[in-house]
Amino acid sequence: MFGTTKRRLAALTLVGAALLSACSSNDGGATSPTTAAAGDTAAAADAAPGKDSTAVGFIFVGPKDDFGYNQAAYEGSQALKETFPDLEIITAENVPETDEAARVMEGMIQKGAKIIFATSYGHLDAAKQVAAAHPDVAVVQQGNTITDAVGPNIGTYFGTVYEPVYLAGIVAGKMTKTNKLGYVYAFPIPQTLANINAFQLGAHSVNPEVETITVNTSNWCDPAKQADAAKSLLNQGVDVLTQHQDCQATVVKAAEAAGQLVVGYHADASSLAPKGWLGGSEWNWGPMYADIVKTTLAGDFTGSKYNANYRAGFASGENPFVQSAFGPTVPQEVQDLVTKAKEGFQADKSVFTGPITGQDGTVVVPAGTTLDAAAVDGMNYFVEGVVGNIPKS
Amino acid sequence: MSLLITEVCAGAIAGGTCILYAAVGESFSESAGVVNLGVEGSMLVGALAGYAVTAEAGNPWAGVIGAAVCGAVLAAVHAWFVLSRRSNQLATGLVVMFLGLGLTSLFGAAYVARTVESFSAWDVPGLSSIPFVGPVLFRHDPLTYLSYALVPAAWWVLYRSRWGLLIRGAGERRHVLETYGHPALGVQYGSVILGGALAGIGGAQLSTAYANAWFENMSQGRGFIGAAVVIFAARQPFKVAAGAYLFGAALALSPALQARNVSIPILDNQFALASIPYVAILVVLVVLGRKRAAEAPEGLKAVFG
Repeated sequence: MFGTTKRRLAALTLVGAALLSACSSNDGGATSPTTAAAGDTAAAADAAPGKDSTAVGFIFVGPKDDFGYNQAAYEGSQALKETFPDLEIITAENVPETDEAARVMEGMIQKGAKIIFATSYGHLDAAKQVAAAHPDVAVVQQGNTITDAVGPNIGTYFGTVYEPVYLAGIVAGKMTKTNKLGYVYAFPIPQTLANINAFQLGAHSVNPEVETITVNTSNWCDPAKQADAAKSLLNQGVDVLTQHQDCQATVVKAAEAAGQLVVGYHADASSLAPKGWLGGSEWNWGPMYADIVKTTLAGDFTGSKYNANYRAGFASGENPFVQSAFGPTVPQEVQDLVTKAKEGFQADKSVFTGPITGQDGTVVVPAGTTLDAAAVDGMNYFVEGVVGNIPKS
Repeated sequence: MSLLITEVCAGAIAGGTCILYAAVGESFSESAGVVNLGVEGSMLVGALAGYAVTAEAGNPWAGVIGAAVCGAVLAAVHAWFVLSRRSNQLATGLVVMFLGLGLTSLFGAAYVARTVESFSAWDVPGLSSIPFVGPVLFRHDPLTYLSYALVPAAWWVLYRSRWGLLIRGAGERRHVLETYGHPALGVQYGSVILGGALAGIGGAQLSTAYANAWFENMSQGRGFIGAAVVIFAARQPFKVAAGAYLFGAALALSPALQARNVSIPILDNQFALASIPYVAILVVLVVLGRKRAAEAPEGLKAVFG
């Protein structure tokens, strides 16, 4: 019996360690003391936030080369070097969505960065914390929404990416033979729900029989879990897969290996599925990042459109995303349908204009109503035709 | 329903195989009295090496060899610290794990966007058309079939062969082995390194046969799960395999239920659903462990106190 209890304890610890490592893997590149220097901030309080900063800081939740979300944001940050050759660009990868993010941002501020981009949805709390402690620093957060009062030195920005997702849904709805589309997603955040709904609405606009089956992985990038999810969806007769993960290679390759079709997200992955690639949407953050930095350096951040929850899409032409190239199997008539819908968005049409019915049959957007950005950012339901229930998180 | 069971059982094999490799390897290491938590790191370097060598050489079998070598080298680092420098096994293992994570993050960046000619599923003629058994056992990649042979082979070596006697002897009382003129230290080194090589192959299975991609930290704790399985399964290869497959089944359950639009009220919470694998492995293996908790080798008792 000697040692049995301790052995069990050790094994329990191991499973705990595995859980931890599954949740958030490692710390960010930059670590630094956490002390927010109150004296500094008081002295600089009158200056416009971020004015004449010599450095810009970027934090990413994942690796900068994930072939997806973080890579797109990283490429946007590097594009700044061309527009602002004198600016130092400080980046940190794998920054978890915890207080650690605040510590990394504090470290960047100590290195002289007065403009900080917190690029993951879950970085918002830390971004708010840092902005409150440093009135002279402009903090912008990518993709989340500030629901309470927006301070003078913080804001969020994003693209109405559900527009190109809707367009991809049109392609998927036209190309499916089984009328079953599969969506592998990570977490049921409003951004993801809006994308899933837009995908189904786009598909439904050209194919009334179509449904979108959803599977979540509870992880932004666990390739093996994505493989499981893809397999389960393919087993249900799904013949077009798409996903909202930070890394997309596994799902794309799974579709290709099964001889089925795939829609990409975040980045062009057509090289991974030469036969099954249908198209998708990609980020193009460079121009928007440059404009945010330009506005801030000039001392005009406070009161600007970035000092709020800024959303840009096809309508304003400032969209931080582009459509991926169509795959070889997409016929011209389908491409024309997509072009027509895109022109609609450019002319101020919206994905979420009623009447839209929810999954449970109730009307979620009444006829004649169009959801505004805040309503989309608060989306907490699936529309009719989406299969799966939204887990609590 | 029967299709659901088939899918989950097939998923158990598919998702459990990488853990099985790591856990069988760790069984050798622990039988020789060395706990190697760096198995997670060995799995990661194996996943990267397997993917990278496959990308460069164009042959996934070359990748498997690369994975085994790299996994073994990382385990050799652990072995040197704990056997020759007598450092704390648990702490060293964690450091080695982080070493593997760091090295693979550094050298893996170039391979994230690479496509490789990876292993593809090969249906065993005849056997794969048997109802239930076929889809569950005989529609996998070659590394999975290899693992079917690995488990009985590991059992035979550990418990029926002279080598196994030496390995277990080194784990119990290395001084006794030395008294009889056997190189106890060499046996321990060999066992830890073999464990690392197998964990590396498990990593290659993950990256080149299962997920078909390389990503930083893609093992996501599966090596740790392997090490936990070994402790509860008391280093018995067949039990170890059962534990690995159990974890795989629990992982496969969530997407299989979701794709069928089945929701279980108590598991409505996404994180509850995601934690099933960990809870399942704890519950069942604690029960298994209670039934027959084989005595740990003397050498391990020193580690766990």
